[in-house]
Amino acid sequence: MRLNKIILSFVSALVILFSTSVASFAKVVGDKIILGAAISLTGKYSSNGVHTQNGYNMAVDRINSMGGVKVGGKTYKFDIIYYDDESNPKRAAQLAERLISQDGVEFMLGPYSSGLTKAIAPVTEKYGVPMVEANGASRSLFTKGYKYLFAVLAPANLYLDVAIETAVELNGGKPVRIAQAFEQDAFSQDVRLGILDAAERTGSKIIIDDKLPKELNDMAATLVKVKQMKPDVLVVSGHTKGALTAIRQIAEMKVDVPMLAMTHCDAAKLSKQHGKNSQYALCASQWHKSLTYKDDFFKDGMTYAADFEKEFGYDPPYQSAESSAALLVFKDAFERANSFDQKKVRDALAATNMQTFYGNIKFAPGGQNVDKPMVLFQVMCDASGSCENKVVAPLKWASAKLIHPIPKWSDR
Amino acid sequence: MDFLVFQYPMITVQACLDGILLGVLFALIAYGMALQWGVMNIINIAQGDLVILGGYIAYFMYLYGIHPAWGVIVAPVIMYFVGIAIYKLVINKVVDRDLFISILATFGISILFMQLMNFAFGADVVLANSGYGTTMLFDSNVVLPNSKIFSAFISILFAVCLVIYMKKSKLGRAIRATAQNARAAKILGVDTEKVYAATFGINAALCGVAGALISITFTIHPYMGLPYTIRSFMIVIVAGLGNLPGVAMSGMGLGVFEEFADYILGTEFRIGSVFLLLVLILVYRRFKLSRKREYLK
Repeated sequence: MRLNKIILSFVSALVILFSTSVASFAKVVGDKIILGAAISLTGKYSSNGVHTQNGYNMAVDRINSMGGVKVGGKTYKFDIIYYDDESNPKRAAQLAERLISQDGVEFMLGPYSSGLTKAIAPVTEKYGVPMVEANGASRSLFTKGYKYLFAVLAPANLYLDVAIETAVELNGGKPVRIAQAFEQDAFSQDVRLGILDAAERTGSKIIIDDKLPKELNDMAATLVKVKQMKPDVLVVSGHTKGALTAIRQIAEMKVDVPMLAMTHCDAAKLSKQHGKNSQYALCASQWHKSLTYKDDFFKDGMTYAADFEKEFGYDPPYQSAESSAALLVFKDAFERANSFDQKKVRDALAATNMQTFYGNIKFAPGGQNVDKPMVLFQVMCDASGSCENKVVAPLKWASAKLIHPIPKWSDR
Repeated sequence: MDFLVFQYPMITVQACLDGILLGVLFALIAYGMALQWGVMNIINIAQGDLVILGGYIAYFMYLYGIHPAWGVIVAPVIMYFVGIAIYKLVINKVVDRDLFISILATFGISILFMQLMNFAFGADVVLANSGYGTTMLFDSNVVLPNSKIFSAFISILFAVCLVIYMKKSKLGRAIRATAQNARAAKILGVDTEKVYAATFGINAALCGVAGALISITFTIHPYMGLPYTIRSFMIVIVAGLGNLPGVAMSGMGLGVFEEFADYILGTEFRIGSVFLLLVLILVYRRFKLSRKREYLK
């Protein structure tokens, strides 16, 4: 009996050992390239986490159904292992560790948000795992000298400086007076730095510089100051709650400002939640479906949006589009490297120079995408009250003319 | 640091009015907390989460095309039963225990509620539009959104009704008796178990009203409950238990304090200043108490 037990435990130990050792070579199993991703499926980022996941899944299905990835004369298909990071940076770092050291993943996709990407990047860097991320725009990600981090999106400091430049241009090249309110998180503070740069460049003056708390749901104080001091531009960035709170209170308090520039308008579904009150808001976006970039997989923005809507039942926010683009970048890099060696793939990623439906992609040494400008759209409503986001800058892609200055509330 | 308050005198008027309107709403939440603290000796950490849940009720009515203002009637009814359910499931097991145990239990409920709301309603920030306009005062230098005025008015209405109910009704008397001396009340035939359940239900209903008002005036999100818990805790600490005018006054005081902190120190210190005030008050009270104790010796 006792001997049986010993044999049994020996065999089961072997089985466990064997199964883990199989798992640790899991990056390419059979004809599958397995990527790892920690995504916020629960917690405060869960809605954007889901947009990210939908974007990844959409691209995986599309690439697999259109022939997969060709490496060394063999065809491979993408597969992704997801874990839920609960919107928690510590958890995200643990999961990255687990994906790499236990599941044996050798290539990673990014999580949602700058904060979580910041938590994961040191881990992927330590193991030399190439990570293509699509949702961490904070400038601080690209100044640390990371070698294995590649971001398909433009860095956060570029989000709204187009707005300041446009305001100066419309002011006849003369400096403008800026009021700004930013949440105190990595992303929003980087957007703020971008505005500071733009202000310095154009000689503009910042007359209100408020920092909004995380628990923000009332910015009446900032708006009262705006009402009294009458700046030329009001800039607000505080994720979706910042955008929603600003529009609600600007409308309620009838704050007149010639230009209102924000971030996260489409994620906040501004035009749906606020209707006509959101009219004339200028929003920074990484992508808009009306842009005319093209690729072989999704054709162009309009086709992507239509396909996405068919599959997931809603219009894709830019978070989904950029996530899909991350997989196109990986596919391209694998094929150019013609190998699964992490160093070779990393070098191929660094040499990326391609166009996707989402935009041109070319990485600076820091890892950020330098070949894709931000776009600004403006919320425009028709008489029936239905609102649409129309691209107004840069002029190359503008589908409508910027309405400036914003009409006063008393005239609306 | 900036001194706009002095440069633009109208800002002072605006801050006071904003603060008072906001403070009345805080006072309503705090009143519920004071009630259950006084009666059951329970500090409810989940207070803010009950508020947010009430807000979601109004929000869903708004989604289905019903004006969210009706939420101030529907939300308390639903929340009353939610409160009773929480009492029967958890609170009745900790009601006679140490205060620490009830804090832990309600802390657990708070986390559970946050996650459940996040799971059920998603992590998007939402709001309900009332479509009430704006009142302009002083040559439109001071603006008051009518939704804020509406919410202050409803808060006062509910508070007054509750005071009358506590004074006149049988259950109200039983609640007050239990608060004074639970054992004596029991001996004299008060079903304290029922009183506890009703108290918790009434508190949840008050949270429901406040939540509906918050969804109309501000925004709601599954994780936004804690600041409301902290504020009501503070108001109760300042006012003391069973001191309703005190709760109302300290609620408004806190509202005005927050607004001024916002203008003078900056928005980033708004919630921080509330915490700082809480610490100062706790230290002060301890200091006062220890002096009293020495005197008694």
